[in-house]
Amino acid sequence: MLVRVRFLRTAIHSGRFNTSLVLVVLVVLFALLGPVIVGHDPNAVVGSMNASPASHPPLGTDNFGRDELTLLMYGTRTSLEIGAIAGLVAVLIGVVVGTLAGFYGGVVEEALMGATNVLITIPAIVVLILLSVALGSRSAVTMGLIIGVTSWPWTARAVAAQTSSLRTREHIDIARLSGASGFGIIVRDVIPYILSYLGMAFTLQLATAVLTEAALSLLGLGPTNTISLGILLQWSLLWEAVRQGVWWTFIPPTFFLSVVSFGLLLLNSSLDEIYNPRLQGGGGSGA
Amino acid sequence: MSANGQSPLLRCAAITRVFGQGARAVRAVDDVSLTMQRGEIASIVGESGSGKSTLARVVLRLLQPSAGAVYFDGRDVTRLRGFARRREYWSHVQAVFQDPFGSFNQFYPVRYVLRSALRLEDSALPRREREARMAVALENVGLDPASVLDQLPHELSGGQRQRVMIARAVMVQPDLLIADEPTTMIDASSRANILNVLLDLNRDRRLTILFITHDISLATYVSDTLFIMQHGKLVESGPVERVTRTPEHDYTRQLFADTFSLHGEAWHAAGGGAA
Amino acid sequence: MPELLVAKDLRAYYRTGLSGWIRAVDGVSLSLNEGEILGVAGESGCGKSTLAMVLASVARWPLCVKGGTMHVDGRSVPLSGGLKGDGSHRGTVVSLMPQGAMNSLNPTQRVRDFVFDVLRSHDPHVARAETLDRARERLEKLHLPARVLDAYPHQLSGGMKQRVVAVISTLLDPRVLIADEPTSALDVGAQRALLALMVELLEQRIIGSIVLVTHELPILRNVAQRTMIMYAGQLCETGPTEEVIFAPAHPYTKALMQATLVLESATKRQRIEGLEGGPPDLSQPPGGCRFHPRCRYALEACSQSVPPTVVPSAGHDAVCWWLAQATPPPTAAASDGAAEP
Repeated sequence: MLVRVRFLRTAIHSGRFNTSLVLVVLVVLFALLGPVIVGHDPNAVVGSMNASPASHPPLGTDNFGRDELTLLMYGTRTSLEIGAIAGLVAVLIGVVVGTLAGFYGGVVEEALMGATNVLITIPAIVVLILLSVALGSRSAVTMGLIIGVTSWPWTARAVAAQTSSLRTREHIDIARLSGASGFGIIVRDVIPYILSYLGMAFTLQLATAVLTEAALSLLGLGPTNTISLGILLQWSLLWEAVRQGVWWTFIPPTFFLSVVSFGLLLLNSSLDEIYNPRLQGGGGSGA
Repeated sequence: MSANGQSPLLRCAAITRVFGQGARAVRAVDDVSLTMQRGEIASIVGESGSGKSTLARVVLRLLQPSAGAVYFDGRDVTRLRGFARRREYWSHVQAVFQDPFGSFNQFYPVRYVLRSALRLEDSALPRREREARMAVALENVGLDPASVLDQLPHELSGGQRQRVMIARAVMVQPDLLIADEPTTMIDASSRANILNVLLDLNRDRRLTILFITHDISLATYVSDTLFIMQHGKLVESGPVERVTRTPEHDYTRQLFADTFSLHGEAWHAAGGGAA
Repeated sequence: MPELLVAKDLRAYYRTGLSGWIRAVDGVSLSLNEGEILGVAGESGCGKSTLAMVLASVARWPLCVKGGTMHVDGRSVPLSGGLKGDGSHRGTVVSLMPQGAMNSLNPTQRVRDFVFDVLRSHDPHVARAETLDRARERLEKLHLPARVLDAYPHQLSGGMKQRVVAVISTLLDPRVLIADEPTSALDVGAQRALLALMVELLEQRIIGSIVLVTHELPILRNVAQRTMIMYAGQLCETGPTEEVIFAPAHPYTKALMQATLVLESATKRQRIEGLEGGPPDLSQPPGGCRFHPRCRYALEACSQSVPPTVVPSAGHDAVCWWLAQATPPPTAAASDGAAEP
């Protein structure tokens, strides 16, 4: 479709988009292909404890003697997995709540948005802590789910606002006059118009979820029996890596957390820039 | 009022629509009553804020009136309960709106918007018949189906888009068409073409048309009857010749006086340097 | 009397993609006299808005001025816009009121703050009090209430906003005001008030002349002394408004006139035919006369070479092959307009 071609053309010229896309792709490749290429079991002891990168390239070992680079790869993968699941869940719930509230207005909007606003004011971290404690063991998927379920209000509000403004457009009236049902109108006449926005919401939710997971893991409430960036940081904290100067166990995970969030946030902002001066083909009014 | 004993196709009885509450309440439409006979073309003329578009949406049943009733073909349609009843109404009453581009879902081709209109009819048509009806509908508005059906809205000109919208509206053979500022966003030189499409539909199919417009020149070109609205109230109504020649209300007179025309004496063309 | 503004052979194209050009204004020349309103009319896409931007020297990427000269009061005025170069003439020599100007008022700012910004952009040291005084004085002179200065845009009606914008656009006393579709979103009463204001600006000699760009011919009939008709980036016809409207020479002008809806048609119940088809693609305009694909008088020469300028009467010219072969040569008694079809 022409819209997509135009998007690609503008996208390619945007420095921000190119940089952020490269960053994100590199990180994803690192996380997905790395383990395949390197082929270690992350839990295998491969060297002495806390061996520095000088003696055990490329990134040394942690306090159990496991290869830091492999740990980093698996950790990034898990973090991204959790982020993606959380992002998906948050966007899905947000879209359902937001479009219903924005499209129907009136009582429906008041009720849904009221509930959403209440949920926003409850600090998500508190809920997450309680949920994590309640669930004895937590897999990556579970983590993703609970983070998603506590972060959808933000997307819901934004989607409700967008839907609300779309509701007054003439193509919606035309759809009504053609006998389309409310659900049909939402799916066919509202959602395609906010798809680009949903894409951006997903990237943002992903980035925030990765950081939220790290925060929870630092508190010891992260996924159990898995390795994630947050858990790597937690271990380095627990085993006093800072005091011992074992920088290779905490600087690399921090660096990767930063790169992931920075890359995603930059991607989000570049997409915003591309979608926003959007030229609609509305010119020319001859017969 | 019925000229030959027929009951009117459309009757609005004391329609009022208020927005907001209390001190901030705005009476967008204030006690408006009008009738239209089958086959008639009427225009509601008013400036911005006159309530004409709100009244149109009430007649289309896209909006509830705060008071008053709408009668269509003798039936009270003010409260249409249930989806099925509304759909049935819309198989008799359709609309064309002001923005030819905004009326389309920009992601789908022309075929989609025509096809969705057919959903108003109860029986699902076999594909071949559907295609045939869409093709005929497009030809009736002066478009070549082959070159238009699979185009996306932004690939058409404004005039073409508006013609597609007209085709969509009349495809289910409605009795009444509401045209809300149908040519305001079309070039002045192409407006007549769109209006002629509608006039031909009226002539060939006895399609009753209610125009909503701020342009009194347009209204006098197309209409049999004029309704003039100001601040939500209906200030004057009558056959177009009578209203044009001897307007009764001051506002109507003001409208005619203020409208620029090609003929007559120029308002300010004198003066200014030598050619 | 010397002409106030003379523009010759203006060319301005829009860049598309990597190497394409849309020839939006392609060889337009015009002249303006003191105290005159010149109307520029044409369909959407004819280039009149682009012409307005070029004349006001505000053309910016992707619009590039490719050629042409402009002189105001005998002095040359740079046409290329953009941020480089001397921009001091903008607003002071030629001022543009763009389409939809009334919607460009900052909704969070009072009108008087906007006035201050405008005046300050030309003189960074001007005092706020001084700008208010100037604005108030100007509003009084034009019989507008001074209280609008204290209002926010949403508190003013559409017509009043447009008039306020017109006043602000002329605060620096430009020689020429270019108004691009100033009446398009207004009710008829507001249209009249705005045009009355513009005429007042002329009569009080606050500005020298006005270029009024619009596709509504009835408006031009009533306020413009001369009118030019544009099509696909080029001029078709120029002349005194009365003649262009009632004795159009060019086939396109003829068709435009016939397509215009007028109040009087009700009494005669005549069917009005609009123009068929649409303007050409300006990245690849038709050869010869750009109107020939839609012209019912088209001759073979029309598709092959650029038509000559024909002068049916003094001050009235049109660019057309059909006209050239139908009009008697200039040595004959010339002034009875175009030959009938």
